[in-house]
This record gives sequence, C-alpha cells and structure tokens, in this order.
Amino acid sequence: MKKRQKRLLLAAGGLAGVVVVTGLVLNAFRDNLVFFYTPSDIVADIVPMERTFRIGGLVEDGSISRAEDGVTVHFRVTDTAVAVPVVYHGILPNLFREGQGVVAVGSLQEGGVFKANQVMARHDETYMPPEAAEAIKRAQREAAQTVEHAGGY
Amino acid sequence: MAAEVGLFALILALLLAIAQGTLPLVGAARGDTALMAVGRSAAYGQLAFLGIAYAMLTYAFITDDFSIAYVANNSNSLLPIQYKVTAVWGGHEGSLLLWVLILGLWSAAVATFSRSLPREVLARVLGVMGLVAIGFIGFTLFTSSPFERLIPAAMEGRDLNPMLQDPGLIIHPPMLYMGYVGFSVAFAFAIAALIGGRLDAAWARWSRPWTAVAWAFLTVGIGLGSWWAYYVLGWGGWWFWDPVENASFMPWLMGTALLHSLAVTEKRGGFKNWTVMLAILTFSLVLLAAFLVRSGVLTSVHAFAVDPDRGLYLLAFMAVVVAGSLTLFAWRAGKVGLGGGFGLVSRESALLTNNVLLVVAAAAVLLGTLYPLFLDAFGLGKISVGPPYFEAVFLPLMLPLLLLLGFGPRLRWKQDSPSEQLWRLRWIFAVSLVFGMIWPLFVGSWSFLAGIGAFLGLWIIGSSLKDLVDRLRLRRESRQTVGTRVRRMGRSYVGMQLAHIGVAVVVIGITFVLGYDDERDVRMAVGETVEVGGYGFRLDALEEVRGPNFDAEQATVSVFRDGQLMTTLRPQMRTYFSQEQPMAHTSLHRGFFRDLYVNMGEELPGNAWVMRVYYKPFMNWVWAGAILMAVGGFLAASDRRYRVRVRREDEVPDEDAKLAAKAVVKGEGDGAEPNPAA
Repeated sequence: MKKRQKRLLLAAGGLAGVVVVTGLVLNAFRDNLVFFYTPSDIVADIVPMERTFRIGGLVEDGSISRAEDGVTVHFRVTDTAVAVPVVYHGILPNLFREGQGVVAVGSLQEGGVFKANQVMARHDETYMPPEAAEAIKRAQREAAQTVEHAGGY
Repeated sequence: MAAEVGLFALILALLLAIAQGTLPLVGAARGDTALMAVGRSAAYGQLAFLGIAYAMLTYAFITDDFSIAYVANNSNSLLPIQYKVTAVWGGHEGSLLLWVLILGLWSAAVATFSRSLPREVLARVLGVMGLVAIGFIGFTLFTSSPFERLIPAAMEGRDLNPMLQDPGLIIHPPMLYMGYVGFSVAFAFAIAALIGGRLDAAWARWSRPWTAVAWAFLTVGIGLGSWWAYYVLGWGGWWFWDPVENASFMPWLMGTALLHSLAVTEKRGGFKNWTVMLAILTFSLVLLAAFLVRSGVLTSVHAFAVDPDRGLYLLAFMAVVVAGSLTLFAWRAGKVGLGGGFGLVSRESALLTNNVLLVVAAAAVLLGTLYPLFLDAFGLGKISVGPPYFEAVFLPLMLPLLLLLGFGPRLRWKQDSPSEQLWRLRWIFAVSLVFGMIWPLFVGSWSFLAGIGAFLGLWIIGSSLKDLVDRLRLRRESRQTVGTRVRRMGRSYVGMQLAHIGVAVVVIGITFVLGYDDERDVRMAVGETVEVGGYGFRLDALEEVRGPNFDAEQATVSVFRDGQLMTTLRPQMRTYFSQEQPMAHTSLHRGFFRDLYVNMGEELPGNAWVMRVYYKPFMNWVWAGAILMAVGGFLAASDRRYRVRVRREDEVPDEDAKLAAKAVVKGEGDGAEPNPAA
C-alpha cells in the first residue's frame, strides 16, 4: 500500500470511529435522560408509564406509614395543590421528615402509585431541594392563573 | 486582631501576585534580566503572605474567635481540636484560602526547582502563574473573604457540618487542590511556550514531571473523596456520577491524556500543538470545576452557599483564561511546528488512540454534566442524567483503551509490526482470558462484566510484568545485579508500569464490586440474625453512648461466617448537640477480598431498628489501585532525567548530570530503548 493510501485509510478509520462513538454517546444520552415532573403533572396524566423520572415536593403531613416488615414506607408527596402516593423500600435519608422538601427517583406504577428507587432529602436543615421548590412554585402559579381566570368572567 | 492581620497579608499577597504576573513577562519580552528576576522573589513573598493569612485564620479557629463570620459558621467551641484545624477548609471562603495557599506553594516550587530553566522561560512560567494567582486571590478578597467580621459576635459557633467531621475529609480537599492547582503549572508552561514560540523536547521534559505530580495528587484526591463518600454517606456507594464528582473527573481524564501526549512530545517531538491544547483544556476544566462547585449552580454536599457575584466572577475569570489562551494558541500555534511522521502501528498511534478515547470520555462526561444545567439556566425544564448514561458511555470507551493498554507500552516508536507483538503476547492473552473468565466463579455466579473486568485486569498486569521481565533479561549480559538493572530502567518507566497495574487493579475492583455486592435493608430486633453475602449479622444490643460533641444510639452487631465470629461492628445514630437532626455513623470491617458494612436507619417499635447491611467484595481494590496509580505518578516524576540541568556555557556539568545525560542518549528513559527482540 502506498503511503497516501495508508494515510487516507487512517483518516477514514478515525472518522468512522468518531462517528460511531458520537452515535453511541448521543444514543445513551437520549435513553437515560431523567425528566422531572410535579405531582400536578402526574395527576394530569401527562407522565409516561414505565420510564424513570423524578418527582419533587413536600412530604405531606401525617402521610408517612410503615408496613409491617418495617422497611417498606408509604408517604405522599404534595406540591400544595395535589398529592401523589409514593412507596419506597429501604432506609430513608436522615433528614426525611413530614413537611420537608423531598425528591424521589422512580417510576409510576399501575394505580397511580409512584415507586421510588431513591429518595433524596438534603443534609442541611434549612435546605429545600430545587425540584421541590419548583414543584410548589408551579402549582401556586397555576392556582393564581386559575383564580385570575375565574375573576375575568 | 488575627482577622485584620490575615486580611492585610492577603492584600499584600495580591499586590505581589500583580507584580509576579506582569514584571517578569515584560522582562522576558524586553530581555531585561532584572525584571525577569522579580518573578522568583515575588513568588516567595506571595507564599509567605498567603502563609500568614492562612495561619491567622487557623489561629482564629483554634481560639474560637466567633467574631469572625466564617469561624462562627463553621466551628464550635466543643469541636475537637483536630477538626478545628481542618474546619479552616470546611466552607467556601476558607477552602478558597487553602486553594490560593496551594497555588502559592506550586509557584514557589517552580521557582525553586526550575533553576535550570532558561531565564526567559522561567520568567514567563512564573508570570503566567502570577496571572492565575491574581484571579484567585482577587476572587477570595473581593467576593469571599474569610476574615469578614460578625457584629455583634456570636456567643457560640454553628459547628462544622457533622459530615465533614471525619479523618477522610482532613486530607481530601488538600490533595484534590494540590491536583487542581498543580495543573496550572502545566498550563503556565504551555502558555510560556506559546509566547516564546519555543516548544520542543526540552520543553516537554520540563513540563512532564509537574504534570505527573499534579495528576498523582488529583488521583489521590478523587480516590479519597470516593473513600469518604463510601462510609460517611452511608449508602455504600463510592461513585455517584454526581456533577461535583464529574467536575473533578473531567480534569483527571484530560490530564491523563496530557500526560500521555507529553510523552510523545518529549520522545519524538510530535503532537506539539495537541499537547499544548490539552494543557489549556485541562486547566480550563479545573476552572470549570471551581465554577460548578463554588457558584451555587449545583446543589450537593460540596456546593457552597449561593451568591450570584461569585458565580459571575468565576465565569468571567474562566472566560478570560479560556478565550485568552485559545486566541494565543490560534495566533502562535503555527510557529510551533509539527513532529515527525509515524506508522499506522507504532507507539505514537497507540498514544494517539489513548488520547482520543480519553478526550471523548471527558467530552461525554461534560455533556452529561452541563446539559441539565443549561436547560435549567434557560428555563427549559429540569432534567437529570443518571448513572446509566455514564455507564453506557464508559464501557465501550474503556474496553478498547484497556485492551490497548497491554500492547501500547511494548510498541516501538515510529513503526512496529502488529503480528510480531501479538505473537509475543499470545500466552499472556490466552492465560488472562481463561483465568479472567473463571475467576468470577469463585466470587459468585458468573457475570459478563466481572469476566471482562478480570480478563482486562489480568491482561494488563500480565503484559506489564512481561515487559518488565523482558527488559530485565535484555540487560542480563551487562552482568549487573537485578537491583541495579531495575534501577537503570529508570523510575519513569517503572512508575508508568506501576500506574498501569494500578488501572488494572481498579478495573478488577470496580467490576467485581458492581457484579457481586449484596445490599439488604432489613428490620432487626435484638437477638435476630440476617444473612447477607454468606455472612450472618446478629444484632446483640442497643445502648446509649456519648461522644465529645454528640449523643448516640449504638448498635452492637456480631458478624459470623460458618458459625465463627468474624468481627463486631458498632454503628451509631448520632445527634450532634449543635444540630437537631440525627446522623447515621457507619461501622465497617474492611478486608482484602470484601468489606462488611452496617448502617442504622430508623428506630422501630419493639426494640428494633431498620438496618442497612452490605457485603462489598473487592471494594478496597478500587482504592488500592488508585494509590498504585498515584505512586506510579510520583515515581515517574522523580526520574533523574528530569533533574538533569540544562548545560550553560559557563558551567561545567557535574558527574551526575553527565551520567544522566548519557543515560538519556542511550535511551534508558521510559521506553526509548528498542524492543528486546529488535
């Protein structure tokens, strides 16, 4: 093989490699994006089934209950407008409390129960997870809009 | 008093940084020796004043001076003394002071150990480091002074975050910063070369040991961070692909690429522009890491309080550095020239492949880290990119890289025959493949990932050792003892092989712990036993204990294997006096082949707790491998060929230098020598 052909081969090979790798990366990226939804989104039924996503909000007061085995926990996450039932199997973070902001990662089960694989509260007592704050903000904004709307007629 | 002295010292350090960042550069441009000489004295002076500022803050912590806001926020009179000293870097302001102190240390180190550099080069390097120092000291002074007074003074401090009250955290930030800031030296060398238009093998030889040391420190820092997260966070995880972890991992990947590219520049004079580019990119990623962690765009244990000014300052600083150095690159890179050509199968192309894979990996991490931030910043929604993305990307990228790692160091520069190398490694390949596939069966049921990991690990270790042995044999005719022969191979070569073996150990550790760890969240009453990973965990007792600044509920858990008592673990649920919420304190038993790990969750009625019990096989291999890599890096940096002084006309080379120079010519450095069979 001549030197030029060799170089051409090398360049083509390199380019093909880059294209394949870019494709792989972007594909993996698209498949693994974890979207964020609020409890209102879930009730409004715009959330995909069988896909992992995050929800955020406050742990509703008086909603935490433990199953007999001591490890399965049920609670409700609210954005102050609506609340969604969540089930989690395992140890909750140290700062998980009623009325505190919380973010859960998991998927929606039949019957509208959110099955969490991971529950995150923060390690600081005054901290509010941004997702939780966002959920509440959105719910309140919508409520305000509805009121305005009602007032207009 | 301490606060005012500290602040004053910091201001003086800034003034010296301004002198260091301007005068030597002007001197180098004009050929003015007096101005060039300012660089060194300014670097020493800066270090002295930063040291004073740092000592003052430490003094304020030890004496519980709660009239300083930073001390009041991060300390408490009950805090044990060792944590008072380390609480200095427990928050944003103080850790930034540590950062600039370390920058001062690196500057002074360059001034001390680079006496052999031509005057202009040293002046330019110190000048660029001075400019970097202006950026960071200015950032500290103008947006985040740790010496701000609190009026009226607090009666008691708010305490150091309990999660940071841990030995792992005492050394994690200093090591990490040594690494981050160390890359500013490589960056300064690159910029100096662009300004001077001189980028040759000698330049790469000066730059290489600094890069290796910075890289080794960063490796230790990241390893320690992972080690700390593993037992402090209590989730049994050791790497979360959290944006803050990614922030440190990106410069590491890029720095690894830089380290390998420098080898080509030093040995063959090739890849020059590419090497300079990598040095710039590595340091840019360091700045990005500082921005991500310190601007408040991220929320994590590491992220400090939100203050828009800080983010803006860092963003502007990063923009100036990146834009400035890339412009300089575009303007000057043409003058630097390209290296010699090389064949399709050669050491150069192996290193090129290594570089491409590492840079793509860094880019993939960058995409996964920044994309969610961008969307959020522009109000386009909140998303996150989970670990599955990073795992899906890393596996196909690391596979060829690790396979190549077995061949690469054996390939000759310029041109080699692939069939010959394959033939010579055929036994290593076959044996590691067979044993790699069988090994997982001794740990648990067979898994593809663990099989591949074991194969690649054994393959790398095997080919590294074979290469070492081949080189030793080659020297047999010289009738030297084995010790001498090892020494004559050069620390740079031995360090490289050690680091490569470290990679193999990490790979085996990661794939095994991913494949075979066992986790159980379970209700345990006193007297009950649970079985995890073949071990029996029995809760023996629950009791109240009291620590220096906390009360705790402590569980005593006996661990059995085949009816025999292995160890007793004592996890605690601590309530620090300064906090309302309790915090779990993990107890674990480390071993060569497995870790056992118990964490307390929540109290249940009936004298029982929810407990988290883990069996983590090969966990310590991950960190042991990181240590091997770091030791390899330090060893390589200490190679004597880097200490050879450049001969000046007025100087008679001493015996040492002559010997070493001869060694370089004869090719006793890393891999300059021909292959055994050649």
